[in-house]
Amino acid sequence: MKNVIQMIVVLTVIAVISGIALSEIASWANPKIAINRAKETEKAIFRVQPKAKSYKQIKNIDFELYQVFDQNNNPIGYAFPYEGNGFQGKIRLIVGLNDSLNVISRVEILEQVETPGLGTKITEEPFLKQFENLVTFPQIEWIKGSKPTKSNQIQTITAATISSKSVVEILNNGINKLRELKQKGVI
Amino acid sequence: MAKSNTFTYEYLKGLWDQNPVMKQVLGMCPTLAVTVSVVNGIGMALATTFVLVFSSLIISLIRKIIPNQVRIASYIVIIATFVTIADYVLRASYPDLSKALGPFIPLIVVNCIILGRAEAFASKNSPFRSLLDALGMGTGFFIALVVLSGIREILASKTILGIQILPDSFAPILVMILPAGAFITLGLLFGIANFYSISLEQRKREKIIKKYVDNNQEKVKE
Repeated sequence: MKNVIQMIVVLTVIAVISGIALSEIASWANPKIAINRAKETEKAIFRVQPKAKSYKQIKNIDFELYQVFDQNNNPIGYAFPYEGNGFQGKIRLIVGLNDSLNVISRVEILEQVETPGLGTKITEEPFLKQFENLVTFPQIEWIKGSKPTKSNQIQTITAATISSKSVVEILNNGINKLRELKQKGVI
Repeated sequence: MAKSNTFTYEYLKGLWDQNPVMKQVLGMCPTLAVTVSVVNGIGMALATTFVLVFSSLIISLIRKIIPNQVRIASYIVIIATFVTIADYVLRASYPDLSKALGPFIPLIVVNCIILGRAEAFASKNSPFRSLLDALGMGTGFFIALVVLSGIREILASKTILGIQILPDSFAPILVMILPAGAFITLGLLFGIANFYSISLEQRKREKIIKKYVDNNQEKVKE
């Protein structure tokens, strides 16, 4: 009996102490983590909208969307984090669009778990550079093995076609979603 | 038996004699998964060492009041506490590293090195010995991870700690960054380590035999 009580007491005391310690650590770390996350988003917004000087999150929708402004506080477009399926898992990216959603200013990949050395090339400059000033109307298209001929086309990466296609698909889906909202007059 | 070891040996045994990766073959999951770059290897090893040192110390301090039946549960609670602390600190202060190590920080909880040292050493030895043991094991883990990730990073991306070492003309060996590369490198390292240990052992044995034979010959001559 004595042993049973000791078991309960010791385990309870250990658990309580660890709980107290963890809640202290969490209350110290959580604001810092939130700041880090906000900083990261901010950096990404200004990377995909190089001309932007300030930004504002659009509040009355159920996903993240930022409207960006130039130095005279005129809206010049949007920064839009969006995600979808890649080759092996989720790809999360952020795209900068102009005000009428027709031209991309830049795309950045935020998170991905593609094949190292092959699919991960979607995060590198030669691939991302293709999206600068890319026309999104009617849809972004991808072609394989040859140079793009139209202003709404990009070339897929050799040996990473699915990853490249996924990026294009995610962008098309996201942009279509924004277009619908735009038609309804929400944004 | 453990009581007769000197304090220096308690620390040094983790480096080679009982190296957690090379000799005990513990903690393979983080060893194989995070060693794509040296920075990741160092980060993982430091986080693991932090958890190892503090959980060993605490477990050793309260080893006499923990009833035998609930010891594993107590160890896990203590280890999980320190892992969560490490996770929070990394996320708050080193967000890039924390992103690179991803889900492997929470998985330190089930790293066999930590539970293994708690059960095999800290629960039977004094706090100071446990501290030295944990530091030694941590250093051993650190060395193993740095060597492994160094080899993989050089061959896969021609760099060490992000600084280019090999010339551009060297074609990167892609497989080294994939899981298969981790297994191949680890297997070769095990082979080298075992070969070295065995040849050391053999030399020692030959020396004894030679001594014995020499002594006997002298006796025969006499």
